[in-house]
Amino acid sequence: MDVAAAETNVWGGGNKPLNASYGKLMMWFFIVSDALTFSGFLVAYGFSRFKNIDSWPIADEVFTHFPFLHGIDAPMYYVALMTFILIFSSVTMVLAVDAGHHMQKGKVVFYMFLTIIGGAVFVGSQAWEWKNFIKGEYGAVETKGGQILQFVNADSGKRVALEAFASSIETPRANHQTSNGVWFVGEGSLPTYSVAEVQEGFTQDENLVVRIQKLNAEGEKTVLSREASLDKMNQVVGVVEGANLIHNEYGNRLFADFFFFITGFHGFHVFSGVIINIIIFLNVIMGTYERRGHYEMVEKVGLYWHFVDLVWVFVFTFFYLV
Amino acid sequence: MAQEAHKLAIFRGLLKFRSNQQKIWGVLIFLSIVTTVEVVLGIIKPAPLNTMFLRMKLLNWIFIILTLVKAYYIAWDFMHIRDEKSNLKSAIVLPLIILIPYLVFILLVEADYIFDVMRDGFVSWNF
Repeated sequence: MDVAAAETNVWGGGNKPLNASYGKLMMWFFIVSDALTFSGFLVAYGFSRFKNIDSWPIADEVFTHFPFLHGIDAPMYYVALMTFILIFSSVTMVLAVDAGHHMQKGKVVFYMFLTIIGGAVFVGSQAWEWKNFIKGEYGAVETKGGQILQFVNADSGKRVALEAFASSIETPRANHQTSNGVWFVGEGSLPTYSVAEVQEGFTQDENLVVRIQKLNAEGEKTVLSREASLDKMNQVVGVVEGANLIHNEYGNRLFADFFFFITGFHGFHVFSGVIINIIIFLNVIMGTYERRGHYEMVEKVGLYWHFVDLVWVFVFTFFYLV
Repeated sequence: MAQEAHKLAIFRGLLKFRSNQQKIWGVLIFLSIVTTVEVVLGIIKPAPLNTMFLRMKLLNWIFIILTLVKAYYIAWDFMHIRDEKSNLKSAIVLPLIILIPYLVFILLVEADYIFDVMRDGFVSWNF
């Protein structure tokens, strides 16, 4: 009889080979599939990068801002700070889970609160990073073939912004607005300078040369001679300021596309993580888990939260370090 | 997870903690050190590490290995995989360590091939 009962139990799914609850197991299933999604994105980024391995933008030249340090070249520091914030909020999350094991409601509340703050600060930091990226710094021009040309001072080798040399030419070209159009279509905002203004200013300033995207043997961007620069400037079709999904002053437009897509997708995960954390936080305060007798729910959202941290570790490496 | 059965040793038993909380702080310190090393290397970029190794800079290999180390400790200690049964461990980890390197291999080899075609092909892409 006992044997029969035990077998029914096994056939009915009664034993627990994984020794984990249904909810936790499902969270793990989700994390594994989400991990594969993210690796698909990151590998696609790697694909585009290897395809353009001799001209990919250098991250240190793209992400150089730090809050309150205007005009100071500070690559890496800001993302490093963001990484520490996220790791730290991961730690407070484990501490909350640990406090949950010991049924210490007050501590769970405290640590979950810190976790939520950390997550919110991280999302805010990411928004600031995006703002700088979209706004751009020096500006560049684009040739017919979609190559980005940046400007460098021939003596110092330092980058030069468009506003430092572009001349001002009266032009009848005005921003086309929906209200004036026959077809009721507007256009995005015009760049601050027209192609002619940049070309004119470039010809007048003997000290300017063009920097192309191609990397030289030292892994730096190739700087052309003055003659070659003037020649290149004749092929320019557009002025680019900042980055969006179509144009990107930092170099290859795929770089901007992947940056927006991958950090955006990750940022969305952090954002939803914060929301879920807030819901669980409120539940903890209301004593839901105290009544239920265990805080496993905190562990489940914790798993998701650590996963977001885990993904960031990889995004950090592949966008900023490598 | 059995409630009080945390495994408290990391680095293959080299470092044993007295409580789970202590272990969490220990892992945080370790992760911070690794991140700091990465950032410092990323800023100074030591010249000897610019040598190529298996078609990639040595420095980039170091970054990737350190990232995997960090990922291991986040998953093992923060996500408590260390405390799970080995069945669950493999169910989570095996699909990832089989599929991801496969995907990486296929796509990067293909991208490298496309790079060669675009460089050596008859059509100029750089106009």
